[in-house]
Amino acid sequence: MRGASHPTTWAAVAAAVVLAVTATACGGGGGGSGDGVLSSSWGDPQNPLEPANTNEVQGGKVLDMIFRGLKRYDPATGEAKDMVAQSIETTDAQNFTVTLKDGWTFSNGEKVTAKSFVDAWNYAAHIDNKQNNAPFFADIVGYEDVHPESGAAKAQTMRGLVVKDERTFTVALTDKFSTWPDTLGYNAFMPLPQAFFTDRAAWLDKPVGNGPYTVDAYTKGSEMRLRRWDGYQGPDKARNDGVDLRVYTDNNTAYQDLISGNLDLVDDIPAQQLKNVESDLGDRYINQPALIIQTLAFPFYRPEWAKPGMEKVRIGISKAINREQITRQIFQNTRTPAKDWTSPALGEKGGYGDVCGDACVYDAAAAKRLITEGGGLPGGKITLTSNVDTGSHRQWMDAVCNSINNVLDSGPVCTVNPVGTFADFRNQVTNYRMTGPFRSGWQADYPLIQNFLEPLYYTGASSNYGKFSNERFDALVDRANAESDEATAIKDFQDAERILAAQMPAIPLWYQNGSAGYSERLSDVELNQFSVPVYDQITVG
Amino acid sequence: MGRYVIRRLLQMIPVFIGTTLLIFLMVYALGDPVAALFGDKAPDPATAARIREELHLDEPLWKQYLLYMGSIFQGDFGTAFNGQQVTELMAAAFPVTLRLTVVAILIEIVVGVTLGVVSGLKRGRPLDTGLLVLTLVVISVPTFVSGYLLQYLFGVKWGWINPSVSSEARFDELLLPGVVLALVSLAYVTRLSRTSIAENTRADYVRTAVAKGLPRRRVITRHLLRNSLIPVVTFIGADIGALMGGAIVTERIFNIHGVGYQLYQGILRNNSPTVVGFVTILVIVFLVANLLVDLLYAVLDPRIRYA
Repeated sequence: MRGASHPTTWAAVAAAVVLAVTATACGGGGGGSGDGVLSSSWGDPQNPLEPANTNEVQGGKVLDMIFRGLKRYDPATGEAKDMVAQSIETTDAQNFTVTLKDGWTFSNGEKVTAKSFVDAWNYAAHIDNKQNNAPFFADIVGYEDVHPESGAAKAQTMRGLVVKDERTFTVALTDKFSTWPDTLGYNAFMPLPQAFFTDRAAWLDKPVGNGPYTVDAYTKGSEMRLRRWDGYQGPDKARNDGVDLRVYTDNNTAYQDLISGNLDLVDDIPAQQLKNVESDLGDRYINQPALIIQTLAFPFYRPEWAKPGMEKVRIGISKAINREQITRQIFQNTRTPAKDWTSPALGEKGGYGDVCGDACVYDAAAAKRLITEGGGLPGGKITLTSNVDTGSHRQWMDAVCNSINNVLDSGPVCTVNPVGTFADFRNQVTNYRMTGPFRSGWQADYPLIQNFLEPLYYTGASSNYGKFSNERFDALVDRANAESDEATAIKDFQDAERILAAQMPAIPLWYQNGSAGYSERLSDVELNQFSVPVYDQITVG
Repeated sequence: MGRYVIRRLLQMIPVFIGTTLLIFLMVYALGDPVAALFGDKAPDPATAARIREELHLDEPLWKQYLLYMGSIFQGDFGTAFNGQQVTELMAAAFPVTLRLTVVAILIEIVVGVTLGVVSGLKRGRPLDTGLLVLTLVVISVPTFVSGYLLQYLFGVKWGWINPSVSSEARFDELLLPGVVLALVSLAYVTRLSRTSIAENTRADYVRTAVAKGLPRRRVITRHLLRNSLIPVVTFIGADIGALMGGAIVTERIFNIHGVGYQLYQGILRNNSPTVVGFVTILVIVFLVANLLVDLLYAVLDPRIRYA
């Protein structure tokens, strides 16, 4: 018995050892699983991967790889260029006729037709589908019927969307919106194949789109393997064989994987590694402005912050913040001191410019004078609030408070109110429970100056958390939206922005840069304006 | 014995209800999870209202708890916000963490008990003192320090292993994370078994065994060790639950997608179905582990009887 069992045991042990060794050998190799495939860090998307339900970077990254919409933002300039659209025509900036190019298909073989867009948009807007991005369709006639403020929907589709033929549909908006076609590069406006509507669960397990990549395998919460789609007819075919997106909870681990050759691309360099990144990676480190701005918004729903004369105090606080020093010492120059309420990624032509001027320049004496003239801080003190679970928020809030305290020189009048989680913080902000200035980060959905101003500062706008309201500002925004000439519209927006400089409803702090690092295997790595790598342009080897 | 087990199982019911209620209240106290779903944007009121209605967030808290417990007993742990069933998340996460825990426990038992026995037999000698100092150092180093340090040394500097664990989480990849996870408990196991061994070396039954002329090896393994292991077994048993729940830091450092990862995501996103579901399972693991420990007493020491 004993003698008989021994050889088998040894054989099993030997087999196990061989297996373990070969397994290690496979796993220990380079970054990707194939020669032309690169691996990249990823975060778990917050919501199911539907175009109209994805409003954060990680899910948006994937949608940008597997979908192409009517327009696409040029990764370098941010300009909205026709992609699936042949033309989008209008005579009154309110009624549009969209014509599609011929020959586009989804990777499952279905043709991309006018119906693919109209069905997807009606699905996105319908209240029963609970899509986060539904408000993006609020400009279309008939939105309130499919998305009432309460109660059941009165219609299944929006009256403003009409399919004319296979390649044409018309859109009627409720108001004039001259730059509306430029918003169509946003993920919420992507077309959906019929397969989505017939079996949504299966589609979510393995999304099918019309972009340069297809989903090869998707293990939720840990990995998505994307491969180049050889049948793709668009102008931006993928230059690599595919991308493996790997979920990391800790960007520090992703960075360690990058420098030890286990990962090819990291698109978020952890703050604690910024000191070493140049010596570790040299010119394989990218640090460039993105469409992200951090501001400190004031709660205008609190009378002490909204009363006349307080604008002096608000501007005084802005002048008391030493942006140069904070961005250098805390963020190692991965933030750029802000000079307006937009982003340098827009470019001067897109409306970026030094609109804030003097009000954003650190000047201790002037700051102190302005705050005193305006009647001083309400109750003699000020509290800054932000979530502190990510983004070094605690450190910069402490630094801003130090800066204000040093300027005022009357003891610790500025204190920090750290909120444990983003969820809790958002909850307090959206329920208008702030008592003092609070962090207000904004990442633009599309590279338009409109997107930096209207949703944030227009009276009653969706993300106007400070409840700021100014008639002249609103009037200028309305005028800009009705303007058919783009350059004039941008000038109107900048005029509106000057009102922000005089009223200071939110203090611009800094623009956030995109930061990325990559391995020696890769070349042509660039970040687009949303600080997401332009995957299809990357070459491997 | 049978009656004892039944009594223990019945005692678990109030503990189970109490702990789940507490966790439910704590997660609820974190605030409304729906606001966070919309990122930096304002939640659309109509959509947010629909989501709240679907998750029963508009009901009073006691009713939410009853609804939740009701569906748990039908095997439905709810849906995480990314659209996945929580049971699906559990099926993916628990095996990974279980493997990590097994690695950690094995390291604890093998290394910890061996060091403890050696140390206890050589009480007062330099070796013993050295081990005591060493365990003190290990206990006082936080997990994230030892984790990042070992990851850097083995993964980046020497390149012996990958700094992160792949999604398959094979046993060989889990060795280093297992060591990191086990380190603190390992030190306790060493110290506990050392004390116990040192006490029992002068016990009557050991002297008898030696006097009978039994070989030293047999005296130590069969007589001394078996009796000295009771406090160690208690500790390790209670430690299983603690390791599974406490793997948050280790799993984050080595990018292991187990229970700690899901709990961390759940807490960060205020995702009550995930957090309450996972902790509920951890509570059950904890209770069962404790029961097994109590039953093991009788095996180790027949003098302990259960009425």
